[in-house]
Amino acid sequence: MRIRFDKLGVVIAAIAAYAAFLAPFATFRANRIVPGEARSILEALPTTAGPILLAILVAGALIALLKTPLVLRLGASVVALAALAILIGVAGSFLTPVGNTFARVSPASGFWLLIFAFTLLLADVLTRLNPSPWARVGVLVVAAVAIGLLLISGQWNSLSILKEYANRADSFWAEGSKHITLALGSLAVAAVVGLPLGILCHRVEKLRAGVLNVLNIIQTIPSIALFGLLIAPLGWVATHVPGAAELGIRGIGTAPAFVALFLYSLLPVVANTVVGLAGVPRAANDAARGMGMTDRQRLFGVEFPLAFPVILTGIRIVLVQNIGLATIAALIGGGGFGVFVFQGVGQTAMDLVLLGAVPTVALAFVAAIILDAVIEMTATKRRVETA
Amino acid sequence: MIEIEGITKRYEETTVVDDVSMVIEPRTLCVIVGTSGSGKTTLLRMINRLVEPTAGVIRLDGNDNRSLPGYELRRSIGYAIQGHGLFPHRTVAQNIATVPVLLGWDKARIKARVDELMTLYQLDPDAYGPRYPHELSGGQQQRVGVARALAAEPNVLLMDEPFGALDPIIRNKAQEDLLAIQKRFGTTIILVTHDMEEAVHMGDKIAVMDAGKLVQYAKPAEILAKPASAFVETLVGASEKPFRLLSLGRVRDAVEKGTAEGEAIPGDASQRDALAELLWSGRPALPVKGEDGKPLGRVTVDGLVKRAARPA
Repeated sequence: MRIRFDKLGVVIAAIAAYAAFLAPFATFRANRIVPGEARSILEALPTTAGPILLAILVAGALIALLKTPLVLRLGASVVALAALAILIGVAGSFLTPVGNTFARVSPASGFWLLIFAFTLLLADVLTRLNPSPWARVGVLVVAAVAIGLLLISGQWNSLSILKEYANRADSFWAEGSKHITLALGSLAVAAVVGLPLGILCHRVEKLRAGVLNVLNIIQTIPSIALFGLLIAPLGWVATHVPGAAELGIRGIGTAPAFVALFLYSLLPVVANTVVGLAGVPRAANDAARGMGMTDRQRLFGVEFPLAFPVILTGIRIVLVQNIGLATIAALIGGGGFGVFVFQGVGQTAMDLVLLGAVPTVALAFVAAIILDAVIEMTATKRRVETA
Repeated sequence: MIEIEGITKRYEETTVVDDVSMVIEPRTLCVIVGTSGSGKTTLLRMINRLVEPTAGVIRLDGNDNRSLPGYELRRSIGYAIQGHGLFPHRTVAQNIATVPVLLGWDKARIKARVDELMTLYQLDPDAYGPRYPHELSGGQQQRVGVARALAAEPNVLLMDEPFGALDPIIRNKAQEDLLAIQKRFGTTIILVTHDMEEAVHMGDKIAVMDAGKLVQYAKPAEILAKPASAFVETLVGASEKPFRLLSLGRVRDAVEKGTAEGEAIPGDASQRDALAELLWSGRPALPVKGEDGKPLGRVTVDGLVKRAARPA
C-alpha cells in the first residue's frame, strides 16, 4: 500500500515534532518574577512519565501525518490532549522542590504548541464529522467538565497560574463576574436599543445611511481613545445630574467601560438587523400584507423570524468582541479579567497575565460555539429561500 | 359585485392608473391583461387597498372598501401572487391557516378547513401538512399559495400573475384547477396577467389596460372579434386570432351529423384542439364522443374553419 499524507496532518506533525523535541515543555523559576529556566519533556517529568508522553505524542503525530480513519484521529487527539493536561500538572509537582512556596513552574512554549497542534487535529476531525449543533454543544460540555475535574482534583495546583489564582481567589471571581456583567450587560442594552433602531432603519430608508455611518465611525475609534473621550461627558453627568453619581456613573470606572462596549456593540446589531430584514423575501412580505396582517403581526410573525438567524449572527459577533474588549476596561478602573492582565504586565509576572487572559479566551470560545450552534439550529428550521 | 368607479393612482407626476371604471359581476372570472407598466397590478392592489387610490371609489357588494380598516378588508379577500409568497418558516398547514388564524377561528375549524383545501388540491394533509414550503415542487407551492388564499372562504379572490413562475404543463393544470374551484365555490376572481392566451382561456370577461387606461372591457370573443384599438389588436396577435377564437368553443358545440373514422375526440375538448388534430392527421373529419363514451357525431375541417372566421 502506498503511504498517503494528510495535508493538514503534515503541519500538525511538524509543529508537534518541534514542540516535543526542541521547545521547552515547562519553565522553572526560583520566584515569580525572575527569568525562567527551560525544561524539556524528559527533564520536566519523572523517569517513566517522560518517555510515555513522548511515545503518545509521536504516535499522535504519526496518526495525524498519515491518512487515517477519523475515529483514530479523534482518539489520538483526545488522548494526546488528556495526557498533556494531566502531565503538565505532574511536571509542576515534580519540578517544585518540596516545601518551596516561592518557586514557580509554568507551561512553556512547547506545551502550548503541542496543545495547539492537537486541538487543531481535534477541530479538523470535528469539522469533518460535521456534528449537529447539539453534538457540538455536547463536546463543549464534556471538555468543560474534564477541565473542571482537573481543576477540582488539584492536579494543576502546582502550576504557577493556579498559584496566582490561589493568592487572588476572591478577586478572581469578583472580577470575573464584573467581566461577564460588562460584556453581557452592554450586549443586552445594545440589543434593546439596536433592534428597534435596526427595524426603524429598515422601514425608514432616509435614516439608514446616516445611522449606519455614525455607528461605523464609532466602531473605528480605538477603544482607549473612546474611554478617554467618555471621561469628560460622564464626569459632567456625574456632577450635574442628581442621582447619577449614586448609580455609579463617573468619568472613570465601570460606567464609561459599559458605555464604550455598548457603543461598539450597536453597529453589528443594527447592521445585521437591517441586513436580515432586507433579506426577507419580497413575496412573503407582500403576501403577509395582502392577507391582512397588521404591521405588527407582519414584523413579529414574518419579518423577524426570517431575519432572526442573521440578527443572531450580529449578536454573536458582539458577544465575542465584547468579551475580548472588556479586558481593556481595567485600564480605566472598570474591572474585569483585564485587571490581572494589566497587573501582570506591571509586575512582569506572566503567570498573572495568563490568569486574566486564559479565562477571557475560554469565555469567548465558549460563547462563539454556543451561539454558532443556536444560529444553526434556528437557520435550518427557518431556511430562507430566495423567492 | 365589484364596482370600480373613476379610480386613479398618481405617484408624484406619473399617473399609473388613469380614471378606470368597470363592474365585475359576482361569480365570474375577470382577467386584467396588459403589458408591464400598464397599471394592471396597481389596479388589482387598489381593490384590497394594498395601494390607496388618489381618486375614485371601489365598492364591494355595494360597500365602499374604505369602510373597514385595510387589514380587516384584506382578511376578507383572497390574495395570491406570482412566486406564491409562502412563508418559508411555516409549514404548509400553517401557511394555509394564516388568514383563519388571523380571524381567530377555533383550532378544529381551522384543521378541518386546511385538510379540506389540501385534499381538494391533491396534497395529502398528513404527508404534506407538516412539511416546509422549500420541500415542495414549484407546482405544489403554487397550489398551496392558492389554497392559502382561499382558506377563509373569501367571496373575492385577487390573483397577480399566479401562474407566471410555472412551466407550461403545470400551468395548464393549475388553470384548469382554478376554473374548477371557481365553479365549485362561486368565487369572484380577478386575475392579472400579461398573457393573452391565458386571458382568453380563463376569463369570463377581459379588461385590457394600456398606460394606465382601460382600453377595452368585454367578453373574450368580442375582444378577439372587435379589438377596440391597435394596441388590443397587437396584444391579441393578428395571426393567433382565429385559433384563439376556436379555443373558446367546445367541440360539442361544433358537432355535425354523420360519422367518421378513427379515434373519437371528447365533446368538451376545445375546438382548437380538434382542428389541430384534424390538420395534423390529414383527415377531413373526426368522430366526437360524449362523456359517457357514446358517439355524438363528427367535426369537420370545413365546419371548424367557418367558426374560426371573424364573427359578423
